[in-house]
Amino acid sequence: MKSTVTPIRSVVAESAPPALAIQTKDLAVHYGALCAVRGVSLQVPQQQITAIIGPSGCGKTSVLSSLNRLTDLIPGARVSGQILIDGADVLWPAYDPVALRRRVGKVFQKPNPFPLSIARNLDLPLRDQGVRNADERAGRIEAVLRRVGLWDEVAQRLDMPAQQLSGGQQQRLCIARALVLEPDILLMDEPCSALDPIASGVVEGLIEELRGDYTVVVVTHNLQQARRIADHLAVFWTSGDAGCLVEQGPAGAIFDSPKQAITAAYLDGRCC
Amino acid sequence: MGDRLLAGVCWLAAGIVAGGFAWLLGDIVMNGLGQINLMYLLMPVADAGRAGGIGPVIVSTSLILVVCLSVSLPLGLATAIVLSEADDERWFGRLVRRSLDVLAGVPSIVFGLFGYAVFGLALGLGFSILSGGLTLACMVLPILIRSIEQGLRAVPIDIRHAAAALGMQRWRTLVAVLLPAAAPGVLVGVVLGIGRAAAETAALLFTSGYVARMPDSLLDSGRSLSVHIFDLALNVAGGEPRAYAAALVLIVALAVVNLTAISLSERLLSSRINPA
Repeated sequence: MKSTVTPIRSVVAESAPPALAIQTKDLAVHYGALCAVRGVSLQVPQQQITAIIGPSGCGKTSVLSSLNRLTDLIPGARVSGQILIDGADVLWPAYDPVALRRRVGKVFQKPNPFPLSIARNLDLPLRDQGVRNADERAGRIEAVLRRVGLWDEVAQRLDMPAQQLSGGQQQRLCIARALVLEPDILLMDEPCSALDPIASGVVEGLIEELRGDYTVVVVTHNLQQARRIADHLAVFWTSGDAGCLVEQGPAGAIFDSPKQAITAAYLDGRCC
Repeated sequence: MGDRLLAGVCWLAAGIVAGGFAWLLGDIVMNGLGQINLMYLLMPVADAGRAGGIGPVIVSTSLILVVCLSVSLPLGLATAIVLSEADDERWFGRLVRRSLDVLAGVPSIVFGLFGYAVFGLALGLGFSILSGGLTLACMVLPILIRSIEQGLRAVPIDIRHAAAALGMQRWRTLVAVLLPAAAPGVLVGVVLGIGRAAAETAALLFTSGYVARMPDSLLDSGRSLSVHIFDLALNVAGGEPRAYAAALVLIVALAVVNLTAISLSERLLSSRINPA
């Protein structure tokens, strides 16, 4: 369905606007000649959970990948516009992507632990970041495994290959691996969609526990999940040939009274 | 009816292949086994190979393989890393790949002449273990590079993305994550390379030569097992029985290398596969 919705800048905040962790201005992602998404001016409030929802192919994942410049790894991908984090534009060529990614971690759709032991999965990023003290690394590994509720399950077998864990455990390990570097922002690309309902529930609970400590941006196809966990909501749609952001604001307000007809239809399940 | 005919033809073909191999192996075992004992493996060659043992030949073969691998493995690993990390579209990668395909198809006798001209004459190494090992290194490089590259490329892209998302540097990702993950591929390449090198005769005739004495250094000529078999079978009257014995030693040695590598790579793989 080709809609005629025009992208809007943002919904006017009703109360004092929360501090923003990320702000994009006129963001567009191209793959070669193909434009995946354009005109995105997304606002991500600090230490809240922002859910990005919308139908397949509307550029949610492209936008998420661009936020810590993982789009750099995709041949032919081009990102334009601005991504402001702490007032600095991370798309600026001189901005160090390594430093950026240590501040802005990412959890992927499919659990992707390294084909190494459980402990090594967490030890490696710490070593790479320059944490030389083995005791400190061990302490941080234990703390982060406790944080994701995995410690009691794996404490006795930290040397076991990570890929022998169940899917849900692997995903929690991946979240732990992202958190062990103590990022400010955590990007999550449909983190529950490859998991069974029980594991999905566990991971969802974990995401909720991160609220207040981290700024979380989560792409999800699951509207119920967005309703349960999101403080802030951004709705994407396909307009013409490319994706766009149609509406954003506090999640409750959008779920109760969406301002755009297309959002209302999508949230009601009346289209797509 | 058609299905059964096709199945029959396939079984017959498989039977012929297996039978041929069994015949060959049986022939070598039956004719060779009786002559092999510890003395045979340790003693020097005597009476042009009709008597004595193959001690110096085993030493020379091992030295040639050591030279070959210690040159080709680092070179092959580095090239494979460049090829797997480089953009597919780059002319450089395409050039290297095309060259490797050509190299892989060059007959070994040509490598022998090349080795003789370059290592033997131009670099002044003469007929020596060093010349032979270096020539074999050129020969196994294409095999080695291709299998290591395939091993590296088989590592899921998700893993690279995970490392990048953690802000890990590229070389660190390579050393700590990608190479361990590609280890089975590297191992396969090494085994194929050893197999090709150990079986090689033509390229060594011109380079390491066929002096059967115990080599004093890498600059001495040394006779490899394959050359020894060739010599006994073709040039030495009454040498066939001993050719069988040497062939059996070569086959068993290759089988041991193969089986070790297979069990090692299976252990590496099984430790990574989700049992669920």
